[in-house]
Amino acid sequence: MTDLASQTQKTGLRAWLMTDTPTSRRQARLAAIYHGWLTFRGNPLAMVGLGILLFLVFVAAFAPVLAPHDPLAQDLAGRLQPLGSPGHILGTDSLGRDILSRLIYGSRITLYIVTLVALIAPIAGLLVGTVAGYIGGFIDTVLMRITDIFLAFPRLVLALAFVAALGAGIDNAILAISLTAWPPYARIARAETLTIRGSDYISAVRLQGAGPFRIITRHIWPLCISSLIVRVTLDMAGVILAAAGLGFLGLGAQPPSPEWGAMISEGRKFILDFWWVAAMPGLAIFTVSLAFNLLGDGLRDVLDPKSGSS
Amino acid sequence: MLRVLKTLASIAVTMLGLLLVTFVIGRVMPIDPVLSIVGESATKATYDAARASMGLDKPIVVQFLIYIWDVIHGDFGYSLLTARPVAEDIARVFPATLELATLGTMIGVLLGVPLGVVAAVRRGSWIDQIARIVALVGYSMPIFWLGMMGLLVFYGTLGWVAGPGRVGIFYVDIVPPVTGMILIDSILARNWEVLQNAISHIILPASLLGYYSMAYISRMTRSFMLEQLSSEYITTARVKGLPERTVIWRHAFGNIKVQLITVIALSYANLLEGSVLTEIIFSWPGIGSYITNALLSADMNAVLGGTVVVGLVFVLLNILSDLLYQFFDPRAA
Repeated sequence: MTDLASQTQKTGLRAWLMTDTPTSRRQARLAAIYHGWLTFRGNPLAMVGLGILLFLVFVAAFAPVLAPHDPLAQDLAGRLQPLGSPGHILGTDSLGRDILSRLIYGSRITLYIVTLVALIAPIAGLLVGTVAGYIGGFIDTVLMRITDIFLAFPRLVLALAFVAALGAGIDNAILAISLTAWPPYARIARAETLTIRGSDYISAVRLQGAGPFRIITRHIWPLCISSLIVRVTLDMAGVILAAAGLGFLGLGAQPPSPEWGAMISEGRKFILDFWWVAAMPGLAIFTVSLAFNLLGDGLRDVLDPKSGSS
Repeated sequence: MLRVLKTLASIAVTMLGLLLVTFVIGRVMPIDPVLSIVGESATKATYDAARASMGLDKPIVVQFLIYIWDVIHGDFGYSLLTARPVAEDIARVFPATLELATLGTMIGVLLGVPLGVVAAVRRGSWIDQIARIVALVGYSMPIFWLGMMGLLVFYGTLGWVAGPGRVGIFYVDIVPPVTGMILIDSILARNWEVLQNAISHIILPASLLGYYSMAYISRMTRSFMLEQLSSEYITTARVKGLPERTVIWRHAFGNIKVQLITVIALSYANLLEGSVLTEIIFSWPGIGSYITNALLSADMNAVLGGTVVVGLVFVLLNILSDLLYQFFDPRAA
């Protein structure tokens, strides 16, 4: 009985979402999201990517419950244990710390980096790009010149130089990566703004007396979001790799922090005899950045139909 | 003529911006450059004298102009680590990076272009799937980790290739450095033993960079080819009864050559930069190792000098690809 009831309710909800004649703005918006979700769900690889990332969030959230050991607890008697040893499924590192537990706690650092860069860089790019595109003229020239200069710089080397100046550490690494990551977003936002700027509805809004601030924040930003989201997702793999690279060079998270790149760096000394110490964190990095790439491909098909599903 | 001037002006502005960024980085750095020379116990007078001799008492704009003047004259100051002029150091290490990146790009082009073309022609086939996986893995794999695993398997376990470094310890400094690139130098000196040893050292890092370059080039080639293959002139060519090989390689591929040149130039520039981490793993004495080692010992002149040189090469390659584009594609003129 209850089954039947919930089923009719479900089909009711589905019908409400699938309708061709939405009766409210909210319904139209939710229906658009639902249609996007249906397209997205049809892409198995993208679903795999989403699944991995949800799993990552889950692991990070419940790290203290899931980790079998303290990620920082040393046990010099039990150092460099191989894979599958009792109590340490992924073995231990050179200080006898449980690698699995360190990977689990390391997921928090990865998420922290990714989240912050995903907030800072696109927002900075959005600001620069929309202002340049909407106001145009001299300001546009100057802002785009600056963008070009940052684009002309090799990213990793620039990040290295920034970290060198600011000092090693995870927050400076995030700042350095963000500073090298914003220019493409500015380019995209500007291109979108240029196509929107001349459209009739913007003229209509302007005739109603809206100022540039209101037009940019309320009418241009929302339309730039979807292409930015796609780009952010595809960029996150690169961000993870850059952060791991900085960590590997000793410029990101500092020991004993269980950052994955730093863990690889620690395992490097023993690579020929105790390969798993470096191999396991590398696999973790690979899995997560692969997941972002898969998710990004799927999202591109949903949010940006122009680029085609190639 | 106007276009040449415009290009030159754009190079100048970009380079100026690049120098401004490195200048600012050098100035915001928390380490006091004067203190690191005179030491903690120096008197105020000594400190001031050192500061004046370094030009740090002048207004910041003047300091920036002096910096530009120095860089134009190839003067990046002295390296704390090697106690030699940074420019000299860079001239010594750069050929090693160039050699590695060039070989990597060659591998990437030779494998990536055919893979991309075949993937586009047989869209959806197993080879297209493989090309897709190759690219995805290339975009997702940390290069330094793959390098370590490569060393572990091919050097540590199988013993197929030589380990880190450019040549074995017994072969160091045997051939006279003419170009600074060991492969070419050993051929010039006709020393085949050194050449063999050098090949055995370079093959793994070059293949690694080549793989990353291939991932990018094959994806771009595929999407360029798909665009051409769906055009009407291809249908026309097929209807005319031309052999499929001619249609693909002469007609479609002929039209993407220009775009490919741009992509290859970009990928080459990326490899020059991407070799930073690879060089560390393989103890390759190139500019990436140089910058990183300088970084770890707070040798700021060397870091900034290296950054400027890498940036300059990056900008020049970008401009070169633009020029080639204009040269080969009459529409862009």
